[in-house]
Amino acid sequence: MEIDKDLILKLEKLARLQLSETERTQLTGDLNNILKMVSKLEELDTDNIKPLIYVSDEINRLRADEVKNQVSKVEALKNAPDKDENYFKVPNMMKK
Amino acid sequence: MKKFQSLTEIQSALANRQLSMVDLVQYYLSNIETTKHLNAYVEIYEAAALDHAKQLDAKYKDNPETVGRLFGMVISIKDVLCYKGHQVTAASKILEGFTSLFTATAIQRLLDEDAIIIGRVNCDQFAMGSTNENSVYGPVLNPIDNTKVPGGSSGGSAVSVKSDTCLASIGTDTGGSVRQPAAFCDLVGIKPTYGRVSRYGLLAYASSFDQIGVLSHTVRDAALILEVMAGEDEMDSTSSQKPVESYSTSLQFERKAKIAYFDTALEHEGIHPEIKSTLSTLIQQLEGNEHEVQKVSFEYLDYIIPAYYVLTTAEASSNLSRYDGVRFGYRNKAAKTLEEVYRYSRTEGFSPEVKRRIMLGTFVLSSGYYDAYYTKAQKARQLIQQKTLEILQDFDYILMPISPTPPWNLGENADDPVAMYLSDIFTVQANMVGIPAVSLPLGYHSNGLPIGVQFMANRFEEASLFAFSEYIFNNYCS
Repeated sequence: MEIDKDLILKLEKLARLQLSETERTQLTGDLNNILKMVSKLEELDTDNIKPLIYVSDEINRLRADEVKNQVSKVEALKNAPDKDENYFKVPNMMKK
Repeated sequence: MKKFQSLTEIQSALANRQLSMVDLVQYYLSNIETTKHLNAYVEIYEAAALDHAKQLDAKYKDNPETVGRLFGMVISIKDVLCYKGHQVTAASKILEGFTSLFTATAIQRLLDEDAIIIGRVNCDQFAMGSTNENSVYGPVLNPIDNTKVPGGSSGGSAVSVKSDTCLASIGTDTGGSVRQPAAFCDLVGIKPTYGRVSRYGLLAYASSFDQIGVLSHTVRDAALILEVMAGEDEMDSTSSQKPVESYSTSLQFERKAKIAYFDTALEHEGIHPEIKSTLSTLIQQLEGNEHEVQKVSFEYLDYIIPAYYVLTTAEASSNLSRYDGVRFGYRNKAAKTLEEVYRYSRTEGFSPEVKRRIMLGTFVLSSGYYDAYYTKAQKARQLIQQKTLEILQDFDYILMPISPTPPWNLGENADDPVAMYLSDIFTVQANMVGIPAVSLPLGYHSNGLPIGVQFMANRFEEASLFAFSEYIFNNYCS
């Protein structure tokens, strides 16, 4: 597997990042080196092995579905970079 | 004031009225000031800590019976743990100015037992790193040798304890981030069993690996702090329902232990000869004292790091998608569309290392590559877990190095992520499997830098692991 510039552009979009050309070149090299290291896994015979999904063998115990732990509107908006009294604000998404 | 190494010493000085909590906090605050160049603290809670100390002194004067089990304990917390009304940034720009709306369960339990939190300490950004150089606040220096890294990602935690600015620190460990800095700074570090401590209020890096842990001078302090933090929490459905044992009062170890070590670890090509010889000497001494130490073959050692970086980056890319510049955190002001808000804010808010891991994680989870990378790594994890647990059916503990090399120079591995990742080879296994592991300060290199030793135990065997650690600490550590 070789990561090229097209794939970097695609991943950038998926990850919602916007890299510079220098970063792209750097990352192409880095990711290829990392994948070379990761390719070691191909040596492992994993036929008939189930993927490990839960580390613990305990069953998740869900709490009762009651309304609690609510953050107030004032608190929720406290850390927002742009807001009015009731809402988070973002740039206009509608076409004029 | 004399340097206190344990809570027992502090509590006896408090009981004899030779010390007050205000004295103690002032002493630590002055040490923070004189060790500022180490860059361990991101924020010092000076006024609040002194105020808290005053309240506790009054409470104790009023009735010594009413204070909690951690009365006398002054701690620092890693900058990834939420503490209501205080900032938390994961050493990143993307969370600059963010104030926590609630307190992490682990931290709340410490406060409930009358611990004082003196400040928030530096770390690698989003706990991604092994050197504490990947921080928006700049690198942290090793107090033993200022030209060396203190280890990471809980580097600020280790340095804050080693430089006598607090008695213990709360760190987090996803692949060695408590144990390796503990070893690099000559301290005790514990990463508990996955699910032993609630992760509620911990900024997630890789959710199936992350655990909150402790760095301290003594085994007993680590044991006591862990038993206070541990236990079921309805806010974290992966927290274990198993009752928590009293680790700190069951530290006696009088039996003969059965210990395994891997030939693939001690004879690993990357291991420094002095680390190898120090651990070999320990093995001989243990055998001399009639403990059973056996070389065991473990064929998966070299697959651990590859699987770990696929799985953790996948989880990170998903966990870090919440940082979008909309509801909290940094936002790029020039962005004209919502898409630009996301992309510009994230690009400017994350460090290169974080972006590298997000990109890798996005790749291994993306359509067409998912099975070849992500599923493959999950299968490798299955094999590694099965084999490790199998060994722990026959043995009480597994002995391992912490780091293949002594603490390296600041800046040394900065341009080579693969070399940096491989340095975690001995610590990642415990997180892959979900078992508890400690780092103990065993000895020193000829250059004076510390060498740690690691012991792992079976799931939820913290009590046994602490008791054995206390025995090792008292009888074999120099």
